[in-house]
Amino acid sequence: MNVAEMKAKHILLKEFDFKVKELYRGYSDKTLYINLDDNTIKEKEVPQSMKEKFIGGKGYGLKMLWDATKPETKWDDPENEIVISPGPIAGITQYAGAGKSLVVAISPMTDIVIDSNVGGYFGPFLKFAGFDALELQGKAKNDVIIVIDGTKGKITIEEAPAEAMDSHILAEQLTEMYSDSDAPRDMKNISVISAGMAAEHTMIGMLNFSWYDIKRKNVRLKQAGRGGIGTILRNKKIKAVVVKAAGVTADPNHVADMEPIKERGARFAKEMKELDPHQCRMKQEGTAHLVNIMNDYNLLPTNNFQYGSHKDADNLHSRVWNSYFTQGMNDGCWIGCTMNCAKAVDNFELKSGPYKGDKVIVDGPEYETAAGVGSNMGIFDPETVIELNFYCDTYGIDTISFGTMTAFAMECFEKGLITTAHTGGMDLSFGNIESSLELIHQMARGEGFGKIVGLGVRGMKKYFAENFGADPKFMQDIGMENKGLEYSQYVSKESLAQQGGYAMTNKGPQHDEAWLIFMDMVNNHIPTFEDKAEALHYFPMFRTWFGLMGLCKLPWNDVEPENNAQTDEPAKVPEHVDNYITIYNAVTGQNIDKHEMIRQSERVYNYQRTFNIRRGYGLRKHDAQPYRAAGPVTVPEYESLAEQYDKQMKENIGIDPEGKTTEEKIAITRRYREDRYEQLLDAVYKRRGWTDNGVPTLAHMKDLGMDLPEVVEVLSKHQ
Amino acid sequence: MSKITVNDNVVEWNDGLTITELLKIMKYTFPMLIVKVNGELIRKDQYGTYLVPENSDVKVVHLMSGG
Ligand code: SF4
Repeated sequence: MNVAEMKAKHILLKEFDFKVKELYRGYSDKTLYINLDDNTIKEKEVPQSMKEKFIGGKGYGLKMLWDATKPETKWDDPENEIVISPGPIAGITQYAGAGKSLVVAISPMTDIVIDSNVGGYFGPFLKFAGFDALELQGKAKNDVIIVIDGTKGKITIEEAPAEAMDSHILAEQLTEMYSDSDAPRDMKNISVISAGMAAEHTMIGMLNFSWYDIKRKNVRLKQAGRGGIGTILRNKKIKAVVVKAAGVTADPNHVADMEPIKERGARFAKEMKELDPHQCRMKQEGTAHLVNIMNDYNLLPTNNFQYGSHKDADNLHSRVWNSYFTQGMNDGCWIGCTMNCAKAVDNFELKSGPYKGDKVIVDGPEYETAAGVGSNMGIFDPETVIELNFYCDTYGIDTISFGTMTAFAMECFEKGLITTAHTGGMDLSFGNIESSLELIHQMARGEGFGKIVGLGVRGMKKYFAENFGADPKFMQDIGMENKGLEYSQYVSKESLAQQGGYAMTNKGPQHDEAWLIFMDMVNNHIPTFEDKAEALHYFPMFRTWFGLMGLCKLPWNDVEPENNAQTDEPAKVPEHVDNYITIYNAVTGQNIDKHEMIRQSERVYNYQRTFNIRRGYGLRKHDAQPYRAAGPVTVPEYESLAEQYDKQMKENIGIDPEGKTTEEKIAITRRYREDRYEQLLDAVYKRRGWTDNGVPTLAHMKDLGMDLPEVVEVLSKHQ
Repeated sequence: MSKITVNDNVVEWNDGLTITELLKIMKYTFPMLIVKVNGELIRKDQYGTYLVPENSDVKVVHLMSGG
């Protein structure tokens, strides 16, 4: 069936005309609300108070989600929303990494708010259509697509029965369907949000955000991966959301002052040109440049985070990815991104599944994917990593969670907690390529053991204990989840600060709040609890700011100015921080400094913590980590680094390991490390202005100007 | 044993030790490093020739990257 025939099968449910409002200094001050229960479509004004306190992006998403839901709203209740908001800087093309959207929802994995930062053209195009945010609420009866046409000022909700479900086909079909012609100059004006078959049958569904790659003449995808937002999309029976723009002009945001933005952008582009080839090689390898580095520092998760390196890790070395990635393309996931790190493998021939034999573009692998579906599952075959990457994307599931969950199931299998009797005959040993591929196809079909793995680590722990008699205590130790979300792909055992950087996060263990391993473990820069607490205050607040703005984090510190070493705080990359402040002020016409920047984030960060508390979470007990994140659980793990652990026991704990069994040494190490983690929580809570139960104090919220009545109502019960 | 400290870890020293060799010994393969010997910044183009003195305090600062 061609796209015209597919379109003929659409049933129009609702049409809504609107006047496209021009942006002014980064904002339209309007948002779009769509409810699929009754096909309501309406525009909402953004009150000035919301703009001041919540800024945009994740801030807007949190505020709208709070207002739309009740404390007991579940992920699959109709009132749960998916809110997509790009932020005031999104859509500029003169500085790298300014096309991100922030997506928030109540997560099926965690039952708290999830937020995910994603590229692709959707966010900027939504703004160009005149909306600072999009709220999707309610549930459709049959599969629908929503089309936001920013060229005509028209929004439609259409039943769409004929299009494909999997993203690599669906995004292409819809791009062609809604483009004015098949010429690249028109195709590039369409962006699509979609999920895929496995998003329907697992809790780890993600959203693909598309853009049209003019050079490749094909549709590319970026992912809002974490926390199951794709599962919600499919639960709402949304097949896709399409946005159409009239094109991209030089200043669609109508910024207050373009010159400083251009000047900083040119300065950054020069750094990329001159320094990136000698620094991270982001333009050649993307974040995949990290695989061998992490292996060298014993930080590459291997076999469910048991180990930090592997003898075969060279098979996933950055030079291997370099050879797979097509070079010399424009790999920016938004226009003007001179970092160009969205690398892709072209003409990859699939070896399994429904698309076997097809030659496809695979977006990635990025570091997290290479480690997640590679080393952490004991897989060191790059082509299998690429294949799993492709299927995760097109089926609409998160590579990070898929990797960590499958690794958990594999360890349970190897340790005899589950057997082939439970897996439907599948050998789930680490490194089993055939089983790994079968699992993902089962997830897409919604059948077999794949469906059980698709519950996530927390779901599997419960299921294995209740149905297979597996030991809950051991699974608690080795199951790499916190708050219900799977860990991303770094071994945190030797960095106490990173343990906090993972388990103290608002949404669950994703490294985007703080990545402190080098600072802590290698540089020994933050030795005291107070030092670590300062880092766990500053970096999560600083990094939250990207999510308020519609910015990508990578250009901040994946290339660094030549004189960065001579600055007073090189880890913060002061010149780039100054770029961001300059750009924010130039876009909005405001005049903030680096302190107000952190305050902006603090308001939203503490609001998110309060949101979790409102839902019955967000307390100290929810910041607990599985012991595998903090130290060796098993004898082989301890013995793989026995010399190091013994030395620490002697020097740090003051106990002589001589004559002790490995089990005894594991217990001593564990007591010490668990106690240190509790001390870290104390120090960080204090620094963040929280009680020792992890609750923001009313005084702190007042000081931040966030003592809103609904916030005070929640927090006053916990002071 | 002749020694130096590298990021507060005691490391064996030998005559003619350059920064390049030291980074190799420490398996410090990360590309964004700041190296200081007794507080003095060593430029990248000196890594192959600069000789690390005995008993010196070496700091190899890894800038964050990641994620
Ligand atoms: S740095 Fe990479 S991920 Fe970030 S905006 Fe640019 S291309 Fe996209």
